[in-house]
Amino acid sequence: MYDTSSDSKILLDTVQKFMADEIYPHEDRVDKLGYVPDEIGKQIEEKSKEVGLFAANLPEKYGGGGLDYSSMMIVEREYGKTSHALHSWIARPTEILLACNEKQMEEYLYPCVKGDKRELFALTEPDAGSDIMSMKSNAKKEGDDWILNGSKHFISGPCMPDFAIVFAATGEDETPRGKRKRITAFLVDVGIPGFDIQEGTKCISYRGYKNYQLSFNDVRLSADKILGTEGNGLSLSGKWLGMGRIWVGATCCGKAERILDLALDWAAQRKQFGKPIGTFQATGFKLADMKMNLRAADLLVKDAVDRALTGQMMDEDAAIVKIFCSEMLNKVADDTVQIFGGMGLMEEMPIERLWRDSRLERIWDGTSEIQRHIVTRSMLRPLGA
Amino acid sequence: MKILVPVKRVLDYNVKARVKADGSGIDLANVKMSMNPFDEIALEEAIRIKEKGNAEEIIAVSIGVQQNQETLRTALAMGADRAILVVATDDVHNDIEPLTVANILAAITLKEGPSLILCGKQAIDNDFNATAQMLSAKLKWSQATFASEIDVKDDIIRVTREVDGGLQTIDAKIPAVVSVDLRLNEPRYASLPNIMKAKRKPLEEINPADLGVEITQRLKVIETKEPDSREAGLILENIDQLVEKIQENVGG
Ligand SMILES: Cc1cc2nc3c(=O)[nH]c(=O)nc-3n(C[C@H](O)[C@H](O)[C@H](O)COP(=O)(O)OP(=O)(O)OC[C@H]3O[C@@H](n4cnc5c(N)ncnc54)[C@H](O)[C@@H]3O)c2cc1C
Repeated sequence: MYDTSSDSKILLDTVQKFMADEIYPHEDRVDKLGYVPDEIGKQIEEKSKEVGLFAANLPEKYGGGGLDYSSMMIVEREYGKTSHALHSWIARPTEILLACNEKQMEEYLYPCVKGDKRELFALTEPDAGSDIMSMKSNAKKEGDDWILNGSKHFISGPCMPDFAIVFAATGEDETPRGKRKRITAFLVDVGIPGFDIQEGTKCISYRGYKNYQLSFNDVRLSADKILGTEGNGLSLSGKWLGMGRIWVGATCCGKAERILDLALDWAAQRKQFGKPIGTFQATGFKLADMKMNLRAADLLVKDAVDRALTGQMMDEDAAIVKIFCSEMLNKVADDTVQIFGGMGLMEEMPIERLWRDSRLERIWDGTSEIQRHIVTRSMLRPLGA
Repeated sequence: MKILVPVKRVLDYNVKARVKADGSGIDLANVKMSMNPFDEIALEEAIRIKEKGNAEEIIAVSIGVQQNQETLRTALAMGADRAILVVATDDVHNDIEPLTVANILAAITLKEGPSLILCGKQAIDNDFNATAQMLSAKLKWSQATFASEIDVKDDIIRVTREVDGGLQTIDAKIPAVVSVDLRLNEPRYASLPNIMKAKRKPLEEINPADLGVEITQRLKVIETKEPDSREAGLILENIDQLVEKIQENVGG
């Protein structure tokens, strides 16, 4: 890491020690089990509260840790070295919850900061992945209430949540580009009539990290379950998705660093033809490229964080970070499997797991293709194309 | 009571030490440095003593290069109340000898007036295990080394010591110098709120000359070498082969 201020170093040290004590020892077992035993999850949660990492992303005035984006970058980068199945127990409640009104804060924000409640962020649907605007989930007004119908899938979290932030269409607007759905965010409590939540199918990336299928069948919601205002759901989610993509970038850098260390070690130890395989140019150059691309990725994250700190980060900045870092990571992971040869695919080594985990990063939070689309659009639109 | 805790900045215990090409020592350029783990234990114990209400103030001291500031920032984030940096050299490779360290600490002790000094039993870089002993001799204070348990009662500190073949419990009269062993406690990490608070804690910087101490080096490192590399092991098929191998090696 390039940030050398002593506060950042102490923070990094704390996170690294926490990971070494509370996270890494469970990685292999959790991946093989396919789930996180409840007591391990709870322990990570409790220990992370003691050390102040729990909800460290939210402002101090709401009881959070008050870390700014550059500190969060250090923290997320370390978390990236391990699995979401484990580090997501150290909650970083979504910043969208800051849009809560006072009553909602009592009911949702504060309990999330304390760890009494867990939220899900529910945007994706079976028929609406990249194409979010094709979402079918909708809410219709009935008196003062809203009646929610539809479904969501791939909605992920460490454990069964207490509520979901659900995005649904609440009408249509005429725009110069044609009709556009009005999307609204609702706070929907698990357990209310008509709301069914089931565990989804198992994912080979981050085994043990859960994803849920949500279905809504005439779910009655009072108007005070709207987060923000009616129709501003997408601007809320957009705000969150931007930083989310930067954190994907930071986690990818952390994971790439970990993988590179393993590759380097192996390249120096493993001998064939009487020499460490790292001395063969074909291996050595892979290592050089990994280091170079990781450095570039780290700088992109830092650049985006600097922009965000001054309120200048644009959608395309986040998209560039997301593409570059996730693709860099996948190249590092794949080349590392190659450097390990057959051992790279054996379950007794962590390589295959890190390689599997890496793959998801090019898909969630918007695929690489969608990110490139965002970058392209930002360049062409001003030219009228 | 005030507690003084000297903390040394050393090569991080997770980092593989590499000998410098000229054999003059370990390469410390651009490697991760951390607080000596035994000093962390000493600091943790000081914090616990304070938390129990048996001390009012913890002063962390580090002697070495300017960058030792980082080690002191860590000490403050763990729970020390203030810190003193003694800039004794500008070369990270220049290890200040135990006697000089003891002289500096003795001078600081006279100035600051602590009644307990908690030290790590040794630094993991040079493994001297000498500073605490020399310091207690300089100050003519009681000493207790290799503490695995500490209990402060009024002006007596009860220390359980790890000695060959068992444990020994002694009572030492305060003021005292105590050196701590590995099993005394598990140091906490700096929590996020404490990292924030530490930003406002004072860190004073002084020179050995301010204390009237001269840096004199009496020891000379002749050579530093990597340990001989271990020969590769053998994987045997069965117990019979193992017995055969043992007989071969022991017999021959
Ligand atoms: C483990 C996991 C956890 C997740 N967690 C959450 C969560 O918590 N909340 C949430 O809301 N969502 C979540 N998601 C959903 C995730 O964001 C989506 O999977 C992602 O946005 C892609 O949507 P899709 O899977 O439907 O793929 P599709 O949209 O069907 O895409 C399939 C392929 O088509 C390509 N494609 C689509 N449109 C275009 C286009 N216009 N141009 C070029 N190529 C295109 C895509 O790039 C992709 O390669 C999660 C997904 C996974 C796998």
